[in-house]
Amino acid sequence: MILQRLALGLLSLLIVSIVIFTAVSMLPGDFASAVLGRSATPETVAAFQQNLGLDQPWPRRYFQWLAGALIGDFGNSFSNRPVSAVIGSRLFNTLKLAALTAMIAVPIAVFLGTICARYRNKPIDRFLSAITLASISLPEFFIAYVLMLFLATKLHIFPTLSSIRGSMDMLEQLHRMALPVLTLMFVTLAHMMRNTRAALIGIMSHPYIEMARLKGEPEMRIILRHALPNAIGPIASVIAINLAYLIAGVVVVEVVFVYPGIGQTMVDAVRNRDVPVVQACALIFAANYIILNLVADLVSIVSNPRLLHPR
Amino acid sequence: MSESSLSASPASAPDRNMVQQIIHALRQAPVTALTGLVIVGIYVVAAVFAPWIAPYGEYEVVSDIPFAPWSEANLLGTDQLGRDFLTRIIYGARNSIGIAFVTTLLAFAIGGFFGIMAAALRGWVDQVFSRLVDAVMSIPDLIFTLLLLAIFGSSVLNLILIIAVLDSTRIFRISRASAMNVVTLDYVEASTARGEGLYWRIVHEILPNILPILISEFGMRFCFVFLVIAALSFLGVGLQPPMAEWGSMVRDNAVLINSGDITPLIPASAIALLTVGVNFVADWLLSKSSGLSNEE
Repeated sequence: MILQRLALGLLSLLIVSIVIFTAVSMLPGDFASAVLGRSATPETVAAFQQNLGLDQPWPRRYFQWLAGALIGDFGNSFSNRPVSAVIGSRLFNTLKLAALTAMIAVPIAVFLGTICARYRNKPIDRFLSAITLASISLPEFFIAYVLMLFLATKLHIFPTLSSIRGSMDMLEQLHRMALPVLTLMFVTLAHMMRNTRAALIGIMSHPYIEMARLKGEPEMRIILRHALPNAIGPIASVIAINLAYLIAGVVVVEVVFVYPGIGQTMVDAVRNRDVPVVQACALIFAANYIILNLVADLVSIVSNPRLLHPR
Repeated sequence: MSESSLSASPASAPDRNMVQQIIHALRQAPVTALTGLVIVGIYVVAAVFAPWIAPYGEYEVVSDIPFAPWSEANLLGTDQLGRDFLTRIIYGARNSIGIAFVTTLLAFAIGGFFGIMAAALRGWVDQVFSRLVDAVMSIPDLIFTLLLLAIFGSSVLNLILIIAVLDSTRIFRISRASAMNVVTLDYVEASTARGEGLYWRIVHEILPNILPILISEFGMRFCFVFLVIAALSFLGVGLQPPMAEWGSMVRDNAVLINSGDITPLIPASAIALLTVGVNFVADWLLSKSSGLSNEE
């Protein structure tokens, strides 16, 4: 079962890499002249296409690209720097941002979701649900700028820009990352909390919860001991989907706070139409997304041993 | 809900015309849905009558001072090029909503067509389309959109086409799933046995029965498309200047935030308010079409 899921994950990674690569081969014919400008001569266009490998057959280019990508070599960007040099340290920054957000947001989401399930339809549940519903429908940059206005401009607690450098010490970096982390938390927390609540409430209708109640166990213990372990599967998958979303959601937040991450790199590359960089970024984002989903499925298989013995 | 059951008793006669039905439905609607309808209504009016409401022209430079503060002449001040901010917001309603609406319509046309086809034909057609959709959906939307925009360049037409095609994958899933439920029903089989053609079956049997689901889904998808376009414009790769668009207005005037000016937040909250409004209405339609709110 686990092996089957792993193989499936690998297959979808392969398909995604094909999709991303094929998208680039659909380049319109005048692409070279569009990038090189109007002064491009036929010779420079030909050299440009050779540089990109556009004169070689498709499968060969694909396998070369894929083999390179596996060892972290994405070829050269249009500005003639290796893509891995453009992306490298920035990818690390983005992962740092996402990991920090996840470490704070996931426990809070599960905690608040449990509280909501415990006090279902009581004022606290209604209050939290209303807030989360509102924050789901707000665009990220709105939340980001509101936080920036109040916490940075008015109250001067955090800096408005999050341009971190490797030379800064840990505390300084954390201080500068606070606003982007807060914004991302708002965006992901709501979904995770609502789904935790929904998963728990779904479990609460099972007969064994009724049994536990009849035994006279306190409500909080019922939720923590009887319901929560059974809800781990669905909760894990929601968390994974949201973390995957986090990876893509960083794009907007990074641009707002000028955070030197891979999302901003990708947007800059799109604006300059630097295709090799965009391609590499897209592959990294998509691979993250697939791997997180894979992990979520594995967690739910492990947390529910019945899934290990399909009939 | 006591009020709604009161008004429901005399009106349940079968010979009501369309207007009466709509009025009846509105009376029963919850406060949130009515609020949503009012919000959406205001936006639509602003979008349609933009040239008459707006005090200045969309591209008209009215002040020598960029980022002028709020004043009598320019109610919300001016933007980075000295254009009237309020005017740009009103025209922004037209551009943002119009383009998002067209994109969503196109996405429904593509996704709905292939979804129903897959459900009606089944077999290998279904397999091919479904696996293709699976592959596309395994890449995060925003990332895929950025990738395609990098390749094709960001013109309005490209933007509409790319987002419509990517979003149609979700509509494909919804319409395929709901059409699957319908094609197995007796009356569809009866029409097949009568010898009706594929086209007739789709138009007369399948489509009318999944239309309520598609319509209530429309609001949700519109919000999503609208937010994606706003986010892309905010990133500077969506609608290009000098076109007025809320996302890019936030971006162009964002420096004002540092001096404690809330003007850049106005287009952002315009976006937020519209999505909240549409969500309220869509929620209501969704619960109506799934029959949850029908008491009887």
